Amino acid sequence: MSVMTESAAAGLHAVGRAEVEDLLFHEAELLDRWDLDEWLDLYTEDASYVVPANDLPGGESGRDMVLIDDNRVRMVARVTRLKSRKAHREYPHSNTSHQVSNVRLAPVADGELPVKAEFTVWRFRNGREDCYVGHYRMRLVLSSGQLRIRSKRCVLAMSTLRSAGDVAIIL
Amino acid sequence: MSLLDDHVVTGTGLVDEDTGRGRFRVHRCAMTAPEVLNRELAEIFNRCWLYVGHTSEVTEPGDYVRRSVGGRPVFMVRARKSGQVKVFHNTCPHRGAVVCRADTGNTKIFQCFYHAWTFDTEGRLTGMPGRDAYEGGADFAELSLREVARVEEYRGFVFACYDPEAVDLVTYLGQAREYLDLVVDAMGEPEIVAGSNQYSINANWKLLVENSIDGYHGPSTHDTYIKYIVSQGTDIRSGAGGGNAGYDLGNGHGVIEYGAPWGRPIAKWDPLFGENARPGMEQTAQDLARRFGESRGHAMTHTNRNLLIFPNLVINDIMAVTVRTLMPTAAGHVEVNAWQLAPRDEAEDVRAQRLDSFLTFLGPGGFATPDDLEALESCQQGFASGGVEWSDISRGMGRDRAKHDDEEQIRAFWRQWQAVVEGSAR
Repeated sequence: MSVMTESAAAGLHAVGRAEVEDLLFHEAELLDRWDLDEWLDLYTEDASYVVPANDLPGGESGRDMVLIDDNRVRMVARVTRLKSRKAHREYPHSNTSHQVSNVRLAPVADGELPVKAEFTVWRFRNGREDCYVGHYRMRLVLSSGQLRIRSKRCVLAMSTLRSAGDVAIIL
Repeated sequence: MSLLDDHVVTGTGLVDEDTGRGRFRVHRCAMTAPEVLNRELAEIFNRCWLYVGHTSEVTEPGDYVRRSVGGRPVFMVRARKSGQVKVFHNTCPHRGAVVCRADTGNTKIFQCFYHAWTFDTEGRLTGMPGRDAYEGGADFAELSLREVARVEEYRGFVFACYDPEAVDLVTYLGQAREYLDLVVDAMGEPEIVAGSNQYSINANWKLLVENSIDGYHGPSTHDTYIKYIVSQGTDIRSGAGGGNAGYDLGNGHGVIEYGAPWGRPIAKWDPLFGENARPGMEQTAQDLARRFGESRGHAMTHTNRNLLIFPNLVINDIMAVTVRTLMPTAAGHVEVNAWQLAPRDEAEDVRAQRLDSFLTFLGPGGFATPDDLEALESCQQGFASGGVEWSDISRGMGRDRAKHDDEEQIRAFWRQWQAVVEGSAR
């Protein structure tokens, strides 16, 4: 282990719930503001963003059907799409409200800080009112002294997507 | 009262085909009137063959899946003694409670929790508390689970029909069979991948029928998807131009066939699959050409097909294969269930890319399907504006052979829909 990563891991031990909440609340605000390029900056270069299928919350991409399985490249593509006027489902953009609560930190392991939080994401557009409910499982790292998200897995509590229809927005 | 009120109640005159003028129209009441939905429930969903599930979902004795078919709760089980795939009405013959209460599982018995009546996987009532209370003894045969009137399988696809008088499944499928065969033969041994999509759209179900076999909307509606695959190295010119056609297959079934730039996981390689997968995929293409002949092999590996089996089963064999059912719950609302079919013995990296292609295009979290939802909801909202009574579905009517971005396959659906809804198909 290099000196830098050692100190980064040590720094991670010092991270408390308030700092993690600041990061999560900041992410929520960026998403609600549709500040998607800035949102990408919260993630590492090797980041992943995954939403399993409603009926298979433990589903593994590569083996099972999942709703979203983005690496950094596809996260960038998703942002490019959502900023386009041709992403018809989200043009014009919805009003959203990302609400994050019940933030829990697990002990640092392998240089990562595991975090669990509940989410409620509201989406309002064109007479539709959609609500996504579930929990985030995230792994955070320190990168150049900044707390960054290496992975985010959004496990939906809804047993189907019937009420929301699609997941065109970022949860 | 307009003249049309009669048409709505009787379900007649809602499709207007004028071959002389090359004009085909559908009255928008077909998408908005609750009376029409009532006729559809009675004449279509209670009489046609409907997809239940795939045999790969119930391979072991006692395996079951719970489904809603034609709006009714049923379950499909691999019976332990007979080994048969059975489909039961999901209701206790005693007082009505559903007896299968999990989406999937394996069991020896189904027990109704209400009064603890117990049934085996053949559906037979095998026990009840306090049977001596029934004068003359309880009639266990009469009180067993009720099978759906007709259940038949075609190459792993299990269908049910609530009408005991319906024609057999093979006759019903007619010319659609050969397109199912292409999907199955290319895969060898297909299986349903774990996980499903269950979403809904605030639009009439027939708009999704149209959309599922519509080659015309791709470039405009799915611009962001095309840009995405091109950004990942897909050659936009590859595959285009081959065998582009749309067909009326009879009995309301329709299909489009076309070449497209994206890769196809059986054997049309694309940079997204990675160089490692290339030799294996090229070998598969050769093997299939040898087994089934050059032209049929090529159709399996390189030609895309969007197939509608009347009334509500879509099998789209494109950059991945989806098995999708649609069921209306109101004139302006449809519930969609979608599964994914893949070869059981597929190479790991090809399977991974197949799953990826499915979720980016076909999945409700991808770069295309949300825009289809938007289009269909937009149509339904537009209908409410009035001023325009009929939708136009005439595209390509004058041609000797319709193209994949014409609307002949959609007209195929509507012709049968009209005949069935007005009762003249019987």
